[in-house]
Amino acid sequence: MSYIKPKFRHPKLPTNALGYTVADYDGSISTLCAGCGHDSISAAIRNACFLSSIQPHRIAKMSGIGCSSKTPTYFLGKSHGFNSVHGRMPSVATGASVANRDLTYIGISGDGDTASIGMGQFIHLIRRNVNMTYIVANNGCYGLTKGQDSATTDLGSISKIGFENPFDGIDLASLALLQGASFVGRSFSGDKDQLVPLIRAAMAHKGFAFIDVVSPCVTFANHAGASKSYSATRENIDPMPLDFVPMREEIRTQYDAGTSQAVTLHDGSVIHLHKASSDYAANDRQAALSEVQTANAEGKILTGLLYLDPDSQNLTHTLQLATRPLNELGKNELCPGSHVLNSINEGLR
Amino acid sequence: MKPTDVSDPEFFHKVVDCQYACPAHTPVPAYIRLIAQQNYTDAYLINWESNVFPGVLGRTCDRPCEPACRRGRVEEEPVAICRLKRVAADFKDDIADRLPKAGKPNGMKVALIGAGPASLTVARDLAPLGYEIHLYDEQPKAGGFMRSQIPSFRLPESVLDEEIGYVLDLGVTQVFDTYVDSMADLLSKGYDAVFVGSGAPKGRDLPKLAGRKEADANIHVGINWLANVAFEHIETIGKKVIVLGGGNTAMDCCRTARRLGADDVKVIVRSPFDDMKASPWEKEDAMHEGIPILDNHVPLEFVVEKGKLTGMHFDKVEPVYHDDGRRELVSTGEDPVFVPCDDVLVAIGQENAFPWIEKSTGIRFTSWGTPIINDDKTFQSTRKEVFFGGDSAFGPANIITAVAHGHQAAVSIDLYCQGKKISDRPAPNVTLISQKMGIHEWSYDSIPITDERKIVPLVELDQALSDRSLEVELGFDPETAFIEAERCLNCDAQTVFTADSCIECDACTDICPTSCINFIQNAPEDDLRQKLAVPADNLEQPLYVSGTLETGKVMVKDEDVCLHCGLCAERCPTAAWDMQMFFYNTTKATPKLVKQR
Ligand SMILES: Cc1cc2nc3c(=O)[nH]c(=O)nc-3n(C[C@H](O)[C@H](O)[C@H](O)COP(=O)(O)OP(=O)(O)OC[C@H]3O[C@@H](n4cnc5c(N)ncnc54)[C@H](O)[C@@H]3O)c2cc1C
Ligand SMILES: Cc1ncc(C[n+]2csc(CCOP(=O)(O)OP(=O)(O)O)c2C)c(N)n1
Ligand code: SF4
Ligand code: SF4
Ligand code: SF4
Ligand SMILES: [Mg+2]
Repeated sequence: MSYIKPKFRHPKLPTNALGYTVADYDGSISTLCAGCGHDSISAAIRNACFLSSIQPHRIAKMSGIGCSSKTPTYFLGKSHGFNSVHGRMPSVATGASVANRDLTYIGISGDGDTASIGMGQFIHLIRRNVNMTYIVANNGCYGLTKGQDSATTDLGSISKIGFENPFDGIDLASLALLQGASFVGRSFSGDKDQLVPLIRAAMAHKGFAFIDVVSPCVTFANHAGASKSYSATRENIDPMPLDFVPMREEIRTQYDAGTSQAVTLHDGSVIHLHKASSDYAANDRQAALSEVQTANAEGKILTGLLYLDPDSQNLTHTLQLATRPLNELGKNELCPGSHVLNSINEGLR
Repeated sequence: MKPTDVSDPEFFHKVVDCQYACPAHTPVPAYIRLIAQQNYTDAYLINWESNVFPGVLGRTCDRPCEPACRRGRVEEEPVAICRLKRVAADFKDDIADRLPKAGKPNGMKVALIGAGPASLTVARDLAPLGYEIHLYDEQPKAGGFMRSQIPSFRLPESVLDEEIGYVLDLGVTQVFDTYVDSMADLLSKGYDAVFVGSGAPKGRDLPKLAGRKEADANIHVGINWLANVAFEHIETIGKKVIVLGGGNTAMDCCRTARRLGADDVKVIVRSPFDDMKASPWEKEDAMHEGIPILDNHVPLEFVVEKGKLTGMHFDKVEPVYHDDGRRELVSTGEDPVFVPCDDVLVAIGQENAFPWIEKSTGIRFTSWGTPIINDDKTFQSTRKEVFFGGDSAFGPANIITAVAHGHQAAVSIDLYCQGKKISDRPAPNVTLISQKMGIHEWSYDSIPITDERKIVPLVELDQALSDRSLEVELGFDPETAFIEAERCLNCDAQTVFTADSCIECDACTDICPTSCINFIQNAPEDDLRQKLAVPADNLEQPLYVSGTLETGKVMVKDEDVCLHCGLCAERCPTAAWDMQMFFYNTTKATPKLVKQR
């Protein structure tokens, strides 16, 4: 096994607006199983951050425990990161996002980390609309602990040792919709054409952006009968393609009328939903829930941007936090002195 | 694009840039790996089989492989392929028992005219098959220009003698000190075939330049002068020397003049410095020995006073490059430049000359004075039993080209003597073998090191200039050679793709450090090249395209900057990628000349 990736890169790698190449967003070489879907998600995040020209040091990667939660080591080696306790990433992410509201937060979790042990934490991220991108690398099993069924394993899916799952799986996208998430997407690790723009849109969104990514576990859940294998996913996937155009490029991009539907985000960037998906109402929560449920009932996996409310109010606004991160506030701002205390006290009399 | 046919050995051959660029197609990475393993003997023998003169070439080769080397495209400098070849020659064990012997006589007799590298290669390839070889040369010893032209400070005589010895020891009949003055006579001597490897022996002169006749005693044609130095007919030269010309011959002339006692030697050349024909390293070596190069100076006249040469006048020019690629040297209009000198060496090129080949033989020549050859592969002349090769075939080139011609001519001669069609060439000897040792382990050092190219140490300048036969380059020591060898990217470790096994997980695309691998919709080549993650703008490098995969996409790999690191194959869950060692031994008269261990 090679634990080193050669230093050489393609001499003609394109650069982004910051002058960085995609290699500047690389992390250490992965130690996951060869062919793991999670590695593709890592590459998609890397590509998305490169394409969106985000400064690596302005990103914080948050994760829990699991193969999926290990991946932050394998991308964005120059970014901040916090590998928390199993299922507890949401509380750490919430704390970080209120302490420094200027960073781009990317949470990476697994179906076990989110839908089993972390469910109680996850749901509050949605409720509070924490400004972050939350990706579940969903392989329908506990990969790290050798492939046990998880809470998202589909009913009837057969485990590697031959057991048929007797429980209905939790559909995290439906749950997020129901709970009021301001951005809900679903994708497939093997479809970077869709996943990369979806992640870019999620990072541009000023609120909680949830993406459920089917991400096959090649070792424990890629056999015949496993419902989240590469081949079963490809067979059942119903993708709605999209493009993400950042604000600075939007003026220059031309789309033929009627071929796409555009959703403008708060920062001026635009998501274009292609013709195949342009009659899908991504701004209608009820409709989205119904489309997702219908697809689920037919055994289809509907992927793409499922729902977006670009104007939602996120936690920092709800709590009326200071406009600057804590680490930029000086002593006088943090401790304004007794005259301020006095005036507050006066106000309460 | 159509799926790539990797069963055609030429596809993978082209991926091994150095080997492909080598006229004799030496399996470069294979011998470099052996050097890294300190198996210098086998490294030498792989070379010997391909290029006959590893010790000579490891010091003097024009090294077309190095500009082609992939390493030069992923970092600054290519692998020092040439000087590694010398390492194999320097540190090998006794190889006598590994070499072929003269074959059982097959009753056929072949004459070779000229004992340069081309003829010696023909002899080496045919003698083991039982041919009786008669090797003619007007000089007392074999070697051709390798002996008469290349100075011993670049190529020690002992190295030359050793490697020529390996050929002559195959029972070659030596007819030296014999100038062949009639082809017609020779053809009447009952040879089954004749090979002409007589080189391009005529040095160009400046017969019409003013003062040429009057100053004749101090004007020397470069290649004749070098031969006279080599055979010790000349041992001195004046203090001030002008060398005219900008090729490698000029570089050898000026450096030799320095060693014969000239202390003011100047190379004066018509063209701009960057357009000079000499290899960059030859120019560097000359300048390192305190020899200035004056470019953009066109000779006007030899200045003679009282019947003796005192210097030369030059016109200063400027190059003007026209749109059609033509270059014109336009006078600056300044006064002529006078450069004083005692002697002038004229090194402005060589020509073919065949005064000894009569028209009646049916051998016809082009207007350039080169023989008309059937096609580039067979080297057969318009007289069917006569073959040409080396500088005699297409004009002056270099040793490795002469060797490559020799191999092909030997194949032709062998086919011809057996009464077979010489256009039906035997296939090259090719193997492709998986290098998998364990789940993620390869039998070669797959991850490239980042060390920069090593520099060959030289002897002290004073010492070098005081001894004409002291070799200037010291060669790599084993430690340095190891690092330099490890710089090789193993371009012969091919990435072989099996479309049926691919589950399109993207793992290979994601891991590839140099972004070679793409899964995209098929398109015509021009389109496809532009659509890759990094556009494939180097058109000399092929695309490797698979058949259609399950999603309707194809795998497209741009071979341009692949590091052969094997990470794609390590990250592939289904072994759709495999690293397979490609060995390509070009068609030769004797296919397996050396016993492989
Ligand atoms: C100064 C100089 C330096 C060079 N340095 C290099 C170098 O560093 N690296 C490199 O790769 N190449 C170099 N070359 C070029 C290289 O030497 C030649 O390309 C190569 O030797 C050609 O080989 P050949 O077998 O065709 O003929 P040659 O080597 O030219 O040999 C031809 C032989 O034929 C003999 N001959 C000719 N006519 C007759 C006849 N009628 N009868 C009998 N014998 C005859 C000649 O005496 C000669 O020995 C150099 C050339 C010159 C002039
Ligand atoms: C508190 C706690 N409980 C249990 C575990 C054991 N454990 C480690 S990873 C894991 C499940 C991970 O599953 P998932 O989040 O789906 O990640 P995957 O490996 O499938 O990507 C469990 C139960 C633990 N590390 N910590
Ligand atoms: S890196 Fe090695 S194998 Fe590749 S072209 Fe250079 S010398 Fe040849
Ligand atoms: S061997 Fe594979 S991973 Fe390595 S550079 Fe070549 S294509 Fe990329
Ligand atoms: S890693 Fe293997 S299976 Fe995956 S896409 Fe590449 S070749 Fe196909
Ligand atoms: Mg999981």
